[in-house]
Amino acid sequence: MARAVTTKRKTLTTALAWAIGLLIFFPILWTILTSFKTEAQAIANPPIFLNFDWTLENYAIVQERSDYMRFLWNSVILAGGSTLLGIIIAVPAAWSMAFVPSKRTKDILLWMLSTKMLPAVGVLYPIYLLFIELGLLDSRAGLVIVLMLINLPIIVWMLYTYFREIPGEILEAARMDGATLKEELLYILTPMAIPGIASTVLLNFILAWNEAFWTLNLTAVDAAPLTAFIASYSSPEGLFFAKLSAASTMAIAPILILGWFSQKQLVRGLTFGAVK
Amino acid sequence: MKLKNALRAATALTLVAGAAQAETITIATVNNGDMIRMQGYTDDFTAKTGHEVEWVTLEENVLRQRVTTDISTNGGQFDIMTIGMYETPIWGANGWLVPLDDLSEEYDVDDILPAMRGGLSHDGTLYAAPFYGESSMVMYRTDLMEAAGLEMPEAPTWQFIREAAAAMDDPENDINGICLRGKAGWGEGGAFITVTGNSFGARWFDEDWNAQFDQPEWKNALEFYVNLMNDYGPEGYATNGFNENLSLFQQGKCGMWIDATVAASFVTNPEDSTVADSVGFALAPNSEGVEKRANWLWAWALAIPAGTQKEEAAKEFIEWATSKEYIELVAENEGWANVPPGARTSLYETPEYQEVPFAQMTLDSINAADPTDPTVDPVPYVGIQFVAIPEFAGIATEVSQEFSAVYAGQQTIDEALEKAQALTNDAMEAAGYR
Repeated sequence: MARAVTTKRKTLTTALAWAIGLLIFFPILWTILTSFKTEAQAIANPPIFLNFDWTLENYAIVQERSDYMRFLWNSVILAGGSTLLGIIIAVPAAWSMAFVPSKRTKDILLWMLSTKMLPAVGVLYPIYLLFIELGLLDSRAGLVIVLMLINLPIIVWMLYTYFREIPGEILEAARMDGATLKEELLYILTPMAIPGIASTVLLNFILAWNEAFWTLNLTAVDAAPLTAFIASYSSPEGLFFAKLSAASTMAIAPILILGWFSQKQLVRGLTFGAVK
Repeated sequence: MKLKNALRAATALTLVAGAAQAETITIATVNNGDMIRMQGYTDDFTAKTGHEVEWVTLEENVLRQRVTTDISTNGGQFDIMTIGMYETPIWGANGWLVPLDDLSEEYDVDDILPAMRGGLSHDGTLYAAPFYGESSMVMYRTDLMEAAGLEMPEAPTWQFIREAAAAMDDPENDINGICLRGKAGWGEGGAFITVTGNSFGARWFDEDWNAQFDQPEWKNALEFYVNLMNDYGPEGYATNGFNENLSLFQQGKCGMWIDATVAASFVTNPEDSTVADSVGFALAPNSEGVEKRANWLWAWALAIPAGTQKEEAAKEFIEWATSKEYIELVAENEGWANVPPGARTSLYETPEYQEVPFAQMTLDSINAADPTDPTVDPVPYVGIQFVAIPEFAGIATEVSQEFSAVYAGQQTIDEALEKAQALTNDAMEAAGYR
């Protein structure tokens, strides 16, 4: 009897999980489907789900109008660069907070997180003026720094949480064996925290990839990533939803594929320590 | 030997001069059909002048924020900006734009439609050249009108519009008598209700910058609009903007639609519109006895930010893109219906263009709009569907949110008008107008 209930519950939970998953994925699926429709089919009412003449015309037009590879390359550099820089800064920071905490560690962590509570537009002008002064407008270097800074609190928090799961005694043992601080960080802590670091890297990469305030406001031509590519297809005076969908699909495809292949690490990292 | 040296020197000089002249200019623009078409003809400009062009295309609201940030901080990211009739006089007054007072004779600046030139100038100096201009007008289904036994006058009143909406409304066949903007935002529903207000004798401010939402004209306008839309408009009209209504009209779900004249080329295009061959046009309406009509005036124009290092090349581009020759180039390749409308007088004198079904009504609508005299009672501001002061975008967005809440049935007209009155006066006081 108990087993029957469990099986029934399992089926129910699975069905529910699938339903929620599909619900969350539906807007993306709809965008992908729309990208293969004509503009007239894209706005048809009632909406057409699958029964339409599939066309690649929108992709051809988008390809012709925009240099997709340039935007893609910028996205890769901005997301990759900011993540790498963030990790280099955050690992030592999280180590000191997790293993050598002071009285103020908790306050510092909270203060770091509080910087995320300020709406980005509130500091648009100061940052813009700084960028002009430093000659960083529309440069990849400037964007890498900004994206790293806005995601740094999250990286430090995540790494701090993972590092806390690692027994301090192991690090102490390494120190007793004569490991230097650098060796302790590089050869003991980092390998043990790989799942945590991997999921932090992935999440941060996705956040930086999708960031659409600073990447739109601080770039023009040279450093513009895929967010600017999508924005160039949104039109308030004209119905170009099929082309917009094609551009969106092209912009999210790389990150979707990356997420698909690394979903195990992502889930593992995000639920790390959740059972405790 | 001497000759050889002289030749060498001449060649070197030519090369240096050539290098100094050929520039790469960066242009910020919006993703509207005419702008995209212009990008396709960039090669023609490069062939003529040697200058290369980099395009930064953004969604309208993003573009506005982006170029405002850049120009107010002297960021120098763009050599040409696509801006509208709202920004141009304000930015011109601030000294942020290069005056376009030395355009070449061939360009024929006097050919620009007077209404457009007036709206894009400050103190008589032109600060942006119109790429295309628009007003608003009534677009209606000729077949439904005929079936209803009515005839649309060239200059209808709101009272007739209501009568026609009632006659064409057919819920069983999913046809709404009328579709109008209700979406919050100063440039969306805000623009529409402002011109509707004008056509009922209302105004935003009196001559001392006091808000006028407590006056009966505003209440009349809002009551008329809400009743009309509740009776014969589509469901959920509180969130409908230009694109939503365009979609409804193209699918044959609206008897009438009052909106931008540039929509005419979309709704009459058989590729996208199911009602392409049965659309008629008329002037935007007025309330009986009120001399002002509910038609606005807008232009997407090209301006040069002060401080650009490439002013000469930028001017050359503007002269190319807003010239008579450019219009001819587009007409030759894509037909007269696809040329950028509403900018030049000579376009409307071209016999081929006069055959385009919406050409005359677009011109009449533009000519019927006067940004320097937009309302029945005198006002201290310029602008028809907007007030050309920097504070307006913020205030009007909030006011239009209050109105949209009425359309959605979340508050009464009196409540919305009271809030609009208070928030407008507060903002104007804080800005030092009162």
